[in-house]
Amino acid sequence: MSTSDLIVGASVVDVTSERPGTDPLQRSRPSRGNVLRIVGSILLVLFALALLIPFFWMVLSSFKDSNEVFSVPVRWLPDTWHWEHYIELWTKTDMATWLRNTIVLATVVTFLQVLTGSFAAYGFAKVRFPGRDVLFLVYLATIAVPWQSYMIPQYIMMAQAKLTNTLLAIVVLQAFGAFGVFLMKQYFESIPEELSEAARIDGLNEYSIWARIMLPLSAPALASLALLTFVNTWNDYLGPLLYLRSRENWTVQLGLKNFVANNVDADYAMLFTGLTVSVIPIAIIFLIGQRYFVEGIATSGMKG
Amino acid sequence: MTSAAADTIGIPDTTGTGPTRRRRRSKLVLRNTLLGWSFILPNFLGFAIITLIPVVTLFYVALTDYNIFGKGEFIGIGNFQKLVTDPLFVRSVVNTFYYALLHVPLTIVVALGLALLLNTKLRGIAFFRTAAFFPYITSIVAIALVWNLLFSPDYGPINEFLRFIGIQNPPGWLTSQEWAMPAIVIISTWRDMGYYMILFLAGLQTVPRELYEAARVDGTNAWQRFWNVTLPGIRPTMFLVTVLLTIASFKIFDLIIVLSPGGTAAPNQATVVLSQFIYQKGFIESKFGYASAAAVVLFAICLGATVIQFLINKKRSA
Repeated sequence: MSTSDLIVGASVVDVTSERPGTDPLQRSRPSRGNVLRIVGSILLVLFALALLIPFFWMVLSSFKDSNEVFSVPVRWLPDTWHWEHYIELWTKTDMATWLRNTIVLATVVTFLQVLTGSFAAYGFAKVRFPGRDVLFLVYLATIAVPWQSYMIPQYIMMAQAKLTNTLLAIVVLQAFGAFGVFLMKQYFESIPEELSEAARIDGLNEYSIWARIMLPLSAPALASLALLTFVNTWNDYLGPLLYLRSRENWTVQLGLKNFVANNVDADYAMLFTGLTVSVIPIAIIFLIGQRYFVEGIATSGMKG
Repeated sequence: MTSAAADTIGIPDTTGTGPTRRRRRSKLVLRNTLLGWSFILPNFLGFAIITLIPVVTLFYVALTDYNIFGKGEFIGIGNFQKLVTDPLFVRSVVNTFYYALLHVPLTIVVALGLALLLNTKLRGIAFFRTAAFFPYITSIVAIALVWNLLFSPDYGPINEFLRFIGIQNPPGWLTSQEWAMPAIVIISTWRDMGYYMILFLAGLQTVPRELYEAARVDGTNAWQRFWNVTLPGIRPTMFLVTVLLTIASFKIFDLIIVLSPGGTAAPNQATVVLSQFIYQKGFIESKFGYASAAAVVLFAICLGATVIQFLINKKRSA
C-alpha cells in the first residue's frame, strides 16, 4: 500500500503548489517532493505502456504475414510491411458491407437518440406537471436493470413485429435509451429559467424555446450525447448478435468476430487489419471530441 | 401561443384531475400536462415498447414453458424448481459472483489509484488521461480478440514475457480452468479502469482543499490524510462507482461470449456466467421460458445488490 501513500502525498503537495503564494511546507522539503514526482511519473509511464501496448501490437500485426504474428520470440516490427492487407480487406472480405451497415446504424441511432432524448429532457426539466417525477424515476430505474434480463421478452416482441434480422431492429433497440434523457435533463436544468422567461415574453412557444434557446446553449451536452451514442452503437456486439442473422445485415463487430469463429485456422493478418480499420474511426472521433466524452461521463455519472 | 400549440398535440391524457373544482388552476395543470407529455411522448413510446413492456413481461414469460415454436403454457414456478437443480445454472451463478468479487475491488483500487495520480500536476497528465480512457471506447470484440491472442499459452507475447522474466510454467490463461476467469478479470479491469477513473477524478475535485490544509497543520501524514480526508470526501463517488461496477459485473456477458466461442462448454465451464446461461438457453436452445426464469434471477441479484448498497450507504451517512 506504500505506493498509494506516495500518490496521495504527491497529490497534496501539488494541491498546495498550485496556489500563487507558494506553500512554505512544500518549499521546506523539496527533495521529498521530487522523489514523489519521479515515482509518480514512472507509475504513469508503466500504466501508459500497459494501456497502449495491446493497440500497438494490433496495428503492427496488421502489417505482418499471418505466420509472423506468433513468431517466438516476439518481433514487434514486421519483417516486410504488408500494406496490401488493407486492399485485400476490401476485395477478399465483406468489410465494405459491414462498414456501410455500421455507419448507417450509428448515424440513424445517434440522430434519433439526440432528437428524442433532448426533446423529452425538456419536458422533464422545464415543464411542471403531476406525475413527472414518478415518470422520471421509472426512466432512471431502468438504467439499473440489466438488458440481459429482459432481452428475451424484447426479442419475442420484435419477432412478432417481424423486425428480427433487419437493421431497423437495432435502430429501435438503441435509439430510445433513458441515458440521453438523463444526460440532457441534467444539462437543461443548469440553464437559467430567466432565459426561457424572456423568450416567452417575446412570444416564443415552448417548442421554439427548446429549438432556439435550449439546443444552441446545450451544444457541449449534445456533443457528449452524440459522441457517446455513436461510439456505443458502432461498438455494439450483442444487439447485432441477437438480431442480425444474415450476412448482408452484419455490422463490423459481428463480421470481425466471425473471422475467428468460422474457420479454425483464422486468417490473422486479415483479422488484425479488420480490427485496426474498425478501431481507427473511433480513435479519431475520440481524439477530436475527447473533452465531450469525459464531460458526458462525469456529469451523467455523478448525479446517479 | 403556447396553449394553442399544446392543444393541437392531441395526447390522450390520463392524469386529468377533473376540471370541476378550481377550474382555472386545473386548466393550467391540464395544459402543462399536455405540454409535458408532448415533449416526452416520442421518446417514451420507444422507451415503453423496447424497455418497460419487456421488463414487465419478463416475469410472466418466466412462469411459462414458452419456446420458439409456439405459445407457452403457464407452469408456475416450475422453471425455477428446475433451475435450482441444473448444474450449469448453479455453476454460472457461482462464476458470476466469483467474477464480481475479483473485478469490483480490483477495478476500484486501480481506478482510484490512477485518479489520485492524475489529480496531480505531473508532466504528461493530459496524454495519460486520453490513453487511460481509450480502451473504454474500443469495442469489446476488438479487445477480446486481441487479448485472446496476447494470452495465447504457447506463442502469446504475455507468456513469452513471463518466461523471459524467469517464470518457467506460465498459466494457460483462457485455456486453463483456474486461470480463465482471472484472465477475463484482467481484461475487463484493463478496459474499465479509465471510465471509473474519470468518475473518481470528478469526485476528487469536489474535496475542499482547505481540509487538506487543515490536516497538514494538524501534522498528519499522507496516509492519514488519504483515510481521513480523501476517502470520506469522495464517499458519494465511491458509492456510485461501487453500485455501477457491481451491476456491470453481475451482467458481464459480451467479453465472455467473444472469448469462449465454444459457448458454455469451454473450458470446462470455468467461465460460464449468468448472462451467458440466459443466452444459451434462450437463443441457442430456444427455451424462452426457462431462460426468462434465469433472467429473473439476474434481475433479482442486481436489484438486491443495489438495495443493499443503498442501505449501507444510508446507514453510514446517518
